[in-house]
Amino acid sequence: MTTIELRNVSRWYGNVVAVNDVTMSIEPGVTGLLGPNGAGKSTIMHMIAGFLPPSRGELTIGHGSSWRNPGVYRQVGLVPERDSVYAFLTGEQFVVSTAKLHELPDPAAAAARAIALLDMAEAADRKIATYSKGMRQRIKVAAALVHDPEVLLLDEPFNGMDPRQRLHMMDLLDKLGSEGRTILFSSHILEEVERLSGTIQVVVAGRLAASGDFRAIRRLMTSRPHVFTVRSSDDRLLASILIGGTLAGGTLARDTLAGRPAVTAVELTRAGLQVRTSDYGAFCRDIAVLARDHDIRLREVLPADESLESVFAYLVAD
Amino acid sequence: MFNTTVAWITLRATLSRRRALLFALPAVILILLTVALKASHPPMQLWPSHVLGTFGFSVLIPLTALIIGTSVLGAEIDDGSIIHLLATPVRRSAVVMTKFVVATGLTVVFAAVPELIAALISGGGSVPGPGDTGLVPIGAATFAVALFTGALACSVIYNAVFVMVSTATTRAIAVGLLYVLVWEVLLSNFVSGVKLLSVSHYGLGIANGLASDPALEAGLGVLTSVVMGAIVTVVALALAMNLLSSFTLKGEPA
Repeated sequence: MTTIELRNVSRWYGNVVAVNDVTMSIEPGVTGLLGPNGAGKSTIMHMIAGFLPPSRGELTIGHGSSWRNPGVYRQVGLVPERDSVYAFLTGEQFVVSTAKLHELPDPAAAAARAIALLDMAEAADRKIATYSKGMRQRIKVAAALVHDPEVLLLDEPFNGMDPRQRLHMMDLLDKLGSEGRTILFSSHILEEVERLSGTIQVVVAGRLAASGDFRAIRRLMTSRPHVFTVRSSDDRLLASILIGGTLAGGTLARDTLAGRPAVTAVELTRAGLQVRTSDYGAFCRDIAVLARDHDIRLREVLPADESLESVFAYLVAD
Repeated sequence: MFNTTVAWITLRATLSRRRALLFALPAVILILLTVALKASHPPMQLWPSHVLGTFGFSVLIPLTALIIGTSVLGAEIDDGSIIHLLATPVRRSAVVMTKFVVATGLTVVFAAVPELIAALISGGGSVPGPGDTGLVPIGAATFAVALFTGALACSVIYNAVFVMVSTATTRAIAVGLLYVLVWEVLLSNFVSGVKLLSVSHYGLGIANGLASDPALEAGLGVLTSVVMGAIVTVVALALAMNLLSSFTLKGEPA
């Protein structure tokens, strides 16, 4: 059981602060490092992986520092974000050579096990140059797992994977986490983290914005109002249905809602309807059913503020 | 300090790049030039010493070493694949030493051996005899072995320098090319003080020590060449090891 500890870690480049006074403890199990692009996730990953020294603060994996300490890789597997592997090697040669670099007693057997774990046995004798991006991602994970590490660091591991590969990878990480390994993966996609991780560390603008159980943080995120822009074949009718009453002065209030608790307000504008809802998922389901039942054609249902940045900004504001 | 897996990956990576086609180009030019000069000149001339010595040691060998020395490590740093080597318990000093040995071996094949072949083709050098007795020949074998030994030394030292440059900058080829053209080709042949810090003159000094050929225009004695060459090699490799130990991946600033 290995824990990753960051205590008051900061990292800056000249006058630009990339990571600002972050303290976190990553325990065994799966932890998601979540944040919008440019938030500092990769910088944190690079520091944990020993490829960047903190400008200030202390960072340890187990009991040792990872900076200038290659010995730490006996217990750490790293899947970097950058899609650069030895394309001239076959998948098997790549994983076997990684096993040899780890000085494993039986590199071929360890490589076969890791390749099978990633469901890459069929493609193992092909050159990596012929792999799809998702396959390259999987062979990188196989190489990172070949020495059976206690800690696995994955920087944006689902990039380029198709839905089936994603599910397979998520199941694998879930299994590795439940075996007591410390798995840390970074992502800017909320749904990936939602599916996989019980614990998350949310980083926004270089700071730790939230930390802990995903469901609690997700509740914070989902309880905020969401705004949708909706265009349909009959916006006025749809507005009255959504609100369950008649329009008065362009805006209808929550107390007139009839069985649509997710909708808190509807505003009729020239661009269509602006609908406020407290439940993103329920609204997306309801509006399609309502439109069908009332023979209204939906032309556009657009979340107006659903960028991850806005979600995180809301979270930080809380 | 030498890791066979790193060596195997390095060799495969270096030879699989398109840049590998350039390795043999300077050697082919040198051998063709030697054949042409041999055919067009009478025996007992000074051109073998000038072409294979001055041109070979300050242009052919450094350019070949530059292409190879920056390929073995710099190319992997550029494309990011080096992280797969560095995220293992292999010591960074072993990575540097192994890549240096591979680069030196390839440079010997693509530069020192062609020097040997060209020297044998040339038929050997000549030195002025005592008084007015004209030129006295140096045997082809002696001449070739002397140049080959000097080229071996140059291969070692140049590669230590270029592997170090690869760890210091992402523009290793540009920096290396500038160094070769300005320092080794221009300054070291025209400014006498620079010879003490010129790799080509270390090689020429060693070759001259074996062939006793003043036409090689070696600016340094054998002992100075060997000592200075050893110091440059050790310092360059130590620097490379230290720089690679502090290898960083840049994260995106917030």
